[in-house]
Order: sequence, then structure tokens, then C-alpha cells
Amino acid sequence: MSESDIDEISGVETTGHEWDGIKELNNPLPRWWLWTFYTCIVWAFGYMIAMPAIPLFKGATPGLLGYSSRGDVANKIAEAKAGQAVFVEKIAAMDVVDIVADEELSRFARAGGNAAFKVNCVQCHGSGAQGSLGFPNLNDDEWLWGGTVDEIYATISHGIRYEADLDSRFSEMSAFGADELLSREEISLVARYATFLGGFEGGEETTEGHEIFLDNCSACHGETGEGDIYIGAPALNNAIFQFAGSLEAITNQVNSPQHGVMPAWGTKLGDATVKQLAVYVHSLGGGQ
Amino acid sequence: MRNITSTIVVGFGTFATLLLAAFAQDSAFRIHMLIIAMSLGIATIILLRMVNFTPAIKDDPNEYMDGPIRVGSILTMMWGVIGFTQGVIIASQLAWPEFMWEPWFSFGRMRPLHTSAVVFAFGGTALITTSMYVVQRTCRARLFGGGLAWFVMWGYQLFILLAATGYLLGITQSREYAEPEWYTDIWLTIVWVAYLVLFMGTLIKRKEPHIYVANWFYLAFIVTIAMLHIVNNLAMPVSFLGSKSYSLFAGVQDALTQWWYGHNAVGFFLTAGFLGMMYYFLPKQAERPVYSYRLSIIHFWSLIFLYIWAGPHHLHYTALPDWAQTLGMAFSIMLWMPSWGGMINGLMTLSGAWDKMRTDPIIRMMVLAVAFYGMSTFEGPVMAIKAVNGLSHYTDWTIGHVHSGALGWVGMITFGALYYMVPRLWNRGGLYSIRMVNWHFWLATLGIVIYASVMWVSGITQGLMWREYDSQGFLVYSFAESVAAMKPYYILRMIGGLLYLTGGCVMAYNIWMTILGRKRNERPIPGSIPANAQPAE
Repeated sequence: MSESDIDEISGVETTGHEWDGIKELNNPLPRWWLWTFYTCIVWAFGYMIAMPAIPLFKGATPGLLGYSSRGDVANKIAEAKAGQAVFVEKIAAMDVVDIVADEELSRFARAGGNAAFKVNCVQCHGSGAQGSLGFPNLNDDEWLWGGTVDEIYATISHGIRYEADLDSRFSEMSAFGADELLSREEISLVARYATFLGGFEGGEETTEGHEIFLDNCSACHGETGEGDIYIGAPALNNAIFQFAGSLEAITNQVNSPQHGVMPAWGTKLGDATVKQLAVYVHSLGGGQ
Repeated sequence: MRNITSTIVVGFGTFATLLLAAFAQDSAFRIHMLIIAMSLGIATIILLRMVNFTPAIKDDPNEYMDGPIRVGSILTMMWGVIGFTQGVIIASQLAWPEFMWEPWFSFGRMRPLHTSAVVFAFGGTALITTSMYVVQRTCRARLFGGGLAWFVMWGYQLFILLAATGYLLGITQSREYAEPEWYTDIWLTIVWVAYLVLFMGTLIKRKEPHIYVANWFYLAFIVTIAMLHIVNNLAMPVSFLGSKSYSLFAGVQDALTQWWYGHNAVGFFLTAGFLGMMYYFLPKQAERPVYSYRLSIIHFWSLIFLYIWAGPHHLHYTALPDWAQTLGMAFSIMLWMPSWGGMINGLMTLSGAWDKMRTDPIIRMMVLAVAFYGMSTFEGPVMAIKAVNGLSHYTDWTIGHVHSGALGWVGMITFGALYYMVPRLWNRGGLYSIRMVNWHFWLATLGIVIYASVMWVSGITQGLMWREYDSQGFLVYSFAESVAAMKPYYILRMIGGLLYLTGGCVMAYNIWMTILGRKRNERPIPGSIPANAQPAE
């Protein structure tokens, strides 16, 4: 090191090195820095003694606290399950109608149903259960397959037109145009009649249309178009339509109908959750 | 005779990539090779026009080699603006998902394009450029290896081109910050080894007795990145004429290797490398000696030793064994003070020159950089604590943390270095405009502050929404609801990024005008002497 060189401004000695005009002061390590560093090291070693830390040939040192993240999460899940066990067991054992009648249980079921609905149902039925084109709104009192809590429970458990479930609800409307059951002209007449029943623009009440309706449609949809929940035939005498209410959409539907499909949730979510979902959906406003 | 060897090599490269395209096993590889062949072809034509058969003037061995540094400075500026623009685009895509052009410009491909553009294109070019500048001046030696520096500079740009076009074509290893496929990785390895030879060679032929601290950091960065890059990218290609490969690692070993790499890419690329930059440009701009030699030694070695073990904190509460998680957290806590050593040395170097904060916006920029460095290296260990990580992990908090480091530290120190280097590299009396530096400073600072605070709020909101249970023990929110809640924050984040980008554009204009040798007619910053001029060296 060259002879001592003092920096004028700070009065501190430099190390005597110089690179491209840069010198270095010979200041000591700041005390607070050093002690904080030591503290962190001590803490880190303490933590390594307390927790599983040092890998050995078989496993690692278990640590004084005997912590394991798998054990921790298992405990927390067990704790959460234990907190709900009383309610879940009761719900599993009871009939949905009785759950609705029990104030405490139905409150629990609605909360659980809400949570399950957000994860499993919103993709089709919407975040507010408002439905969308092809997927029914669950807030209103119009039901395809019945709006009592029992019927909702059956629908969620087994699904609609879900072939993997033998108890799934099934019905199919004939393709009046595609299978040539009606002529183009007849389809046009009856579609306009159905459009008239729904009260949409382009509808027309004709005697021929009415005749065709009575001969071909009323067996399922009812003489006045009131629908039939036992076979999932939608009511036609109101403005609530699953596949758009317009002359064009209705004509297409008569010609070659679309059918909604819903999976069976019973096996996937378990009976207790499905019951909670049924109670929740029933409570949305349209339950009967 | 000039440019003859390079013309032949690049011309051969054009031919070789055309052959690879012709025999390609999959269409992505073919298109990729055609793009590269076209780029190399254009480069060959440019080089051919520059071929000169007159006897070459021997380079003066006593003169610094600044050609590649000038090119690198312009490229750094260009990549900065491009990378920030991509950031604004992907921030907008998150706020308005319809703002995508599938499949090439979907978020999934644009996101690695952004991260690689800022980290590797902007940050990497800045590091290579400044290291070449610093190592020559602090060793009083010309760069080693004749044209090697040109190979490193342009070879690295070819790597960026390969990586970027690959992402848009959907060619990816799906490893974060290591997305390029096997052949791009091999090319980077070649360039990186050349870089190491260039840097080491220059150090060895130095005329100073000691190696300056900035060079320790640059060397640590070069050596460690080589190791990280090679190990993490060990893979077996499906075909040597195809774009797909499979990693040598699987399962949790794969995850740990990836985060050993990912964490130390931050540690040695974005921390050690830029500390090297700070250790030269900050004392030079402040015209003050480095605060403490002893501190620089201790914090260098403790940083290098401790950083490499902290990677497992990216995998808290995963399939990673508990012992590895414990070690990751313990080493992260110990890392706090070594990181802060750099901040202290930077800030304390200004003692005796604090008045320059008022008059010199470049110093202000560097100080802000060091302050953000200190803040994010404190935030890092905090986030590595398992209890905090349980809330912060997978949320926007992490994104905010990375950006306060990237925009605040990496970006600001690079801007400071560019403002310092460019007038000297082109022998201009000073910058085109000091007032525009001030504008850049405030635009960038405002952008960072908006970005970071918005991401804290959105990150903590996400974390709390995901773990919110009602009194009956059911989750209150679905994931989609937490996504919907983020929309206002995503828009604000985009605005923060836009401010930062605007600052970058102001810089690009300022630097470009400086290179052209212009001088803006403006009022000097009050109190600065001499008005609107760089201090003489």
C-alpha cells in the first residue's frame, strides 16, 4: 500500500488504490450493519435447529419442533372438517325437504351450496345464477324439470340428458323439419303460432297454426303451451326461452331442436354437497 | 483488410441455417431457421458492402476499444423501449383480454417476450456493454482478443433474435426465464464462453495492480450465469433438426433446478451484474471515493455465498421437502444484510456530494436506483418467510416486487450509466439536454411508484380473497371473483408502465440527439455549475 492518502472532505484515509480516478475510503463496516448481519445468522441457525433442515442419508433432521408441512395441512383440514362434521352428517342423513324446514341446517346448507355453486355451476349458469343462452336462469320461477327442492336435488344429482347416469332425466323433441314430419310451410305456420304464444315479434295466430300445434306439439307442451315439467317440456306461453325467443330461433328449434345437457353431480361432489346445492338453488327466489 | 473473416463466417451461417431449414423435422423449426437465415443473409450483405481490401490500420493497443460499446449503448436503449412497450401491451391484455391477436400475440407468448426483452435484451446488453466499458478503464487495458468483443455483442443479439422469434412461433421449454429451446441455449453458451474469455483476458492483461470491485461483480455474474444456464437447460432434443426437447430433470427435482436457476438469475444477473455497474458509474458521476473497501469485500463474498442457496423459497408449501424449504428461508434471511452492503456503499459514497442531488438529475437517478435496490432486497427476505409467503405467493405482490427491483434498480442504474457513457463515447461535451433527464427521472419514478403500490394492493387483495372463509367454514370467493376484482388495478398498473415507457422514450430521444452532437437551448438547472455540462474528467 502506498503512503497514507487522506480524503479531504471526509477526513478518512483511502486504501491507496486508484482505478480510473476512483479511490476507496478505508471506512470500517458500519456497526449496525454488522450486528444485524450477525443477528440474522444466529436467527437462521436457530430456525434450522427448530425446523427440519439438514438432509441426511435417509430423510432430514426433524427439527426440535417436529414440524412437517404435510402434517400441518392434514391437521388444518381435519380441524375444518371437524367444525362442519355435525352439520354435514345431519345433512347426509336427512331428506332435502326437512333440511329446508330446519332453520339452522338450511342456513349452513345455503352457505355451503353458495361456495360449491361458485366453483362448479357458474361456468354455465352464470356468476349470479342468471343463466345465458342455452343455460337456464335459476333465479326465476320458471322450471324445466320442476322447482321444488326435491326436484332440484334430483336434477343436480343425476343431471339432464347425461348418458353416463342411468337415472338422468331424458326427453327429446322431434326434429320436425330435419326428419320431414312437417312441411316447410307447416313449420312456418306453427313457429309463428309459438312465437305468438311467447309474445314475440313476428308471431301470428292462425287457425292452421293452431291446428298443427294441437296435433303435433300439445302432447308435450300442453294445449295452451303451458309446458310439462315431468318430461322437461318448456312452457311456450311466456317470454322465458332457453334458446332465444324470436321467430327465427323458434323456427330453427322446430326444424332441428337443440337440447340442453347437464352433468350428474351426485358422484362427483358427493350427496351432502349436492343437497346443499339444491337448498341453495331453491333459495335463489324461484323455489317452489 | 477488414470484415473479410466476419463476412465469410456470417455468410456460412446463412447457408448453414438454410440447410437446417431444408431438413427440418417440424414446421416451427423450419420457419425459425428461415427467419434466422434471412437475418444472417441481410447481415452478410451489409458486411459485404463494408469489406475493405486496403491494408488495415493496426489497432492502437493503448487505445480503448469502444466500437462494440457504442453499438451496445444504442442497442440497450432500443431494447429498453421495446421491452417497456411489450410490458404495456401485456398489462393491457390482462385488463382487456380481447386485446390479443391469437396465437402469435396471445398473452402466453407475449409474456416471455416481455420478460426476456427486459431482462436479457435490455439488461443483458446493458451489462455486456457497461462491463466492456468498465473493465477497460479500471484495468487500463484494451479489450482482449481482437474482434472477440464484436462477436460477443452481435452473437448475443443473435441469441435475442432466436429467443424472441421462437416465443412468437410457440417454441418454448416452458421454463420461466429459460424459455428458449436447446439450439438457442447452445448458441448462448458459445457466446457466453466467448464473453468469459473476453472479460478474463482483459483482466489478466490489466496494468493496475489490483482488480477493482466492479469487476469482481461482473466476473461473478459471468461465471455464475454460465453455470446456471448450462445446468438448468440440460435437455435431450427429440431431433437435432427439430424444435422440441425434454429436460433431464423431472418432478420436484426439475422444479428445484428451475428455481435454483430462476432465483440466481435475479441474484447474479439483476443484482451482482448491476452492482458492478453501480460501483463504477456512481463514484464517477459523484466524483467521490467509494465509502468502504472493507464493506465491499465482505458484502461481495457474503452475497455470492448466500445467494446461491436461497432458491427453494420460490417453492414454499409445495412438494419440495420441508428441509429444503427451511434452508431456502434461512438463507434468504441471512442474505438481507449482504444485499444491503451494496446499498450502504452506494449511498454513503455520496457523503460529501449530497448537494448534487439537487442539481444533477443523473445522480438523483442513481440514488433512486440504490434506494429501490435496498427496498426490494428487504422485501425479498420478508416474502421468503413462509408465513408471509403463504399470503404473497402466486399473487401480484410478487409481480410488484420484481418490478420495483427491475424498474427501480435495474432500469434506473442503467439509465444513469447510459447518460454517463454516451457523451464520453461519442466525445460530446455533454448530454443534449439535462432537463430531459429530469423529466425522465420524474416520469419513471412516478411510473414505478404507481406500479409497485398498485401491485401491493392487488396482490394482498388476491391473497386475502383466496383464503377468506365464512363463519360456517366455507370459502367466500371463487377464483374467478378474485380475477374480476383485479380489473381496476390492472388498468392502473398499465398506466404506471405507460409513464415508465414515456420516460424511456424521452431518454431515447435525448441520447440520440446527443449522439448526433446536438445541444438543446435550455435554462440550466438552478445551482448547477457549470451549466448544462458534464464535469470534466
